[in-house]
Amino acid sequence: MTVDAIIEHCRAVVAEPLGAVAERWKAAHPGGRAVAVYPVWAPAEVIHAAGMLPLALLGGGTSVELTHADARFQSFVCSIAKSSLELGFQGLVRGVDGFVFSNICDVARNLASIYKRNFPEAFVEYLHLPQNSTSPAVVGYLQGELRRLADAFAQSFGLEVTDAALAKSIETYNTLRARLRALYRLRIEAPEKLSTVELYLALRAATLARPEDTLGWLGDLVAALPGRPTRRQDRMRVVLEGAFCEQPPLGLLEVLEEAGCYVVEDDLLLGWRWFTADVAADGDPFERLAAAYVNQAAPSSTRHEGRQHRSAGLIDKVRRSGADAVVFAPAKFCEPALFDYVLMKQGLERAGIPHLVVEFEEKMWTFERTRNEIETFVESMLFD
Amino acid sequence: MAEAVTERQYQGRVHQRSRQLMSAWMSELARAEAEGVPTGALMISGNCVELLRACHVLPMFPEVTALQNAIRKKSLPLILKAEQAGYSSDNCAYVKADIGLFLDGGMGPGKPIPFPTITVCNYVGCNVYVKWFEHLADVSGSRLFVLDTPFARTPEPTPGDVRYVVSQLEELITLCESVSGKKFDIDYLREILGHAARAEAGYARCKHLTRHRPAPFDAYFDSINMMGPINVLRGTREAAEFFDEAVAEFEELVTQGLGPLSEERFRTVVEGPPPYPYYKSFRNLFTRWGAVAVQSTYSTVGGIWEWGFRHDPQRPLESIAEQMLRENLTNRSITARYGQIKRYVEEWEADALVIHSIKSCRLFSAGQGDMRDYFTRELGVPTLLVESDLEDPRYYAEAQLRNRIDAFFEALEHKKLVGAGH
Ligand code: SF4
Ligand code: SF4
Repeated sequence: MTVDAIIEHCRAVVAEPLGAVAERWKAAHPGGRAVAVYPVWAPAEVIHAAGMLPLALLGGGTSVELTHADARFQSFVCSIAKSSLELGFQGLVRGVDGFVFSNICDVARNLASIYKRNFPEAFVEYLHLPQNSTSPAVVGYLQGELRRLADAFAQSFGLEVTDAALAKSIETYNTLRARLRALYRLRIEAPEKLSTVELYLALRAATLARPEDTLGWLGDLVAALPGRPTRRQDRMRVVLEGAFCEQPPLGLLEVLEEAGCYVVEDDLLLGWRWFTADVAADGDPFERLAAAYVNQAAPSSTRHEGRQHRSAGLIDKVRRSGADAVVFAPAKFCEPALFDYVLMKQGLERAGIPHLVVEFEEKMWTFERTRNEIETFVESMLFD
Repeated sequence: MAEAVTERQYQGRVHQRSRQLMSAWMSELARAEAEGVPTGALMISGNCVELLRACHVLPMFPEVTALQNAIRKKSLPLILKAEQAGYSSDNCAYVKADIGLFLDGGMGPGKPIPFPTITVCNYVGCNVYVKWFEHLADVSGSRLFVLDTPFARTPEPTPGDVRYVVSQLEELITLCESVSGKKFDIDYLREILGHAARAEAGYARCKHLTRHRPAPFDAYFDSINMMGPINVLRGTREAAEFFDEAVAEFEELVTQGLGPLSEERFRTVVEGPPPYPYYKSFRNLFTRWGAVAVQSTYSTVGGIWEWGFRHDPQRPLESIAEQMLRENLTNRSITARYGQIKRYVEEWEADALVIHSIKSCRLFSAGQGDMRDYFTRELGVPTLLVESDLEDPRYYAEAQLRNRIDAFFEALEHKKLVGAGH
């Protein structure tokens, strides 16, 4: 398949309602179940090892009108929480059997139990992911938490997660993540070959299928990209930071590049690329996953790392990707992103790295102001 | 509207004594640096203040500083300072007021509010806590210890949860020993937990007294007098004695048939923190209607004592862990809170639920529309939802609040009259 054909396939998958994706897969896999995870990270491996379809629950984007959820969540709550709930009210996640949330923020935490109350027939699990990375007790704790999730699957769906199956799933996801890392590396080397919208569509499509069904076309993409005929333009290389949960509209990602940037690193759909290296291959698979979470997770605003300053991971990303600047893109009302902005900004200033803030909402229609801001930012950098 | 009700303008012993105790603690804090006493910043929710105390580390609470600044109407300039430094108008204003205080030079070496020697983030429920203390540790240069407390997501904490918290408490002890230079003594902790349990029993007794008609105090607005002693000073002999006095005073009021207002016309349960910058004005909006809070969720952020939990000197670390994991409002889900409120409405015989939605605090507020839906539609409890903020005066719109509150109680009054067959 050509790069364009692959991207078009991804675009079509992404445009489908989550429930339809689940139904289609279940029709092909009688007795199968689908479990969707709210950002940022949840162990897709455990869902996969139970033989289910792991999906990403990412809100309604521009496609869903809020008719029920805005009476439940106030005006000062981010859009993804509301539209994810709305998907339930409008039957757009019918076919998804379960939902997994975690302690990324106070909104997501409340959303989990409100989901359960409004859709009592659905399986809803809430994971407490550790905010302590240094305690000797933390890996054991998380191992227990992952086992608890597996036990809940066994109890609700009668689907066991054996150690052998989980070991196999870890291997499969290691392969998937390696391909995704390869894509990111390729973009750092030649950002003109894969636009951020294209990379995003590929990533998002990967969150809507079992990895076995993704590895083929992802491999093709990695192989085809170097040969893609494109010409590098004179643009500024930037790291996009802050859009790790609510999804930025495709239009925003487009404008960002059209206005003179190459995004060379980002934290889009971070949870699906969570580990910076392969999860270890030997030992208790639950323990291995837990240890990887604690010791080789990508820096994220939703996780307290504790061993380094908030800005360190971002600065490292800038250096690794040879970026000139950071475009900080928090979703409106997103507390983790907005809080981290302050410490990150201070760190960037100390390191002499310029940045621009572009706040967004999933339902943004016009991008002209953003385009102007980015163009001005790029120009100011060029004349510096 | 019927004849307006008035406040009895009664400042009881509870109020006086609470002020004394809290200012004594603040003075101790102000002297700490000069006297070489190590301090430890803690969050209010489900805290382990007893442990710090047992380790000779003086606890300090940035939330208390923030609320005091709001009550004294000093919060806005501090919030603006923080916003100038990059904090968003959409972030919790408690944090901004606290950071603003630092930027304004009001916190730090040689100041009445010193920098903490250690910053202990008891991460109990609120995710903003982690951010807040990361920032506090960053500005103060103090060592940050995040005590990760698994959120209550199973009916009871799992054995793994308890083990995890206990191990972290042990690590915290080692850290405290290193800053205080004093060896940890488990018997001293037991003694402190004994005082804590006595205070908890006293607070619980006070809260049960509001089942009487009239309730002897307002369980939302007056509870603040007890929240300092129970959440900040818990574990001291003084706090235990304070609650003995409080119980005596409230029992006396019950005997005399006196409440905080000239007349108790409506009994409410209040959900959400108060608007500290307009505490008195907000209270007046309810006083006019003779509405008295007989229970509140805010008074349980630090601990829910009225259902019987007590710290146990025989199981010191385990019972501290259990309190952090289970026995406080913040570490429970919002729908578990529905259950708590439902019980309050039923057992305290309330006429209505008042939800005060706080823009700053998504832990409390995100989803309160769903809560209203549950209480009005599923339980048929008259429910009022109003919005403002606990720290940022810009979100307090008095006229709007008054209209909503008046309309609500008018309707409630009408309903009562109709119900009474008039
Ligand atoms: S967008 Fe931000 S505030 Fe909203 S659910 Fe996600 S992490 Fe939480
Ligand atoms: S979000 Fe709420 S609980 Fe958390 S620090 Fe702010 S006011 Fe306190």
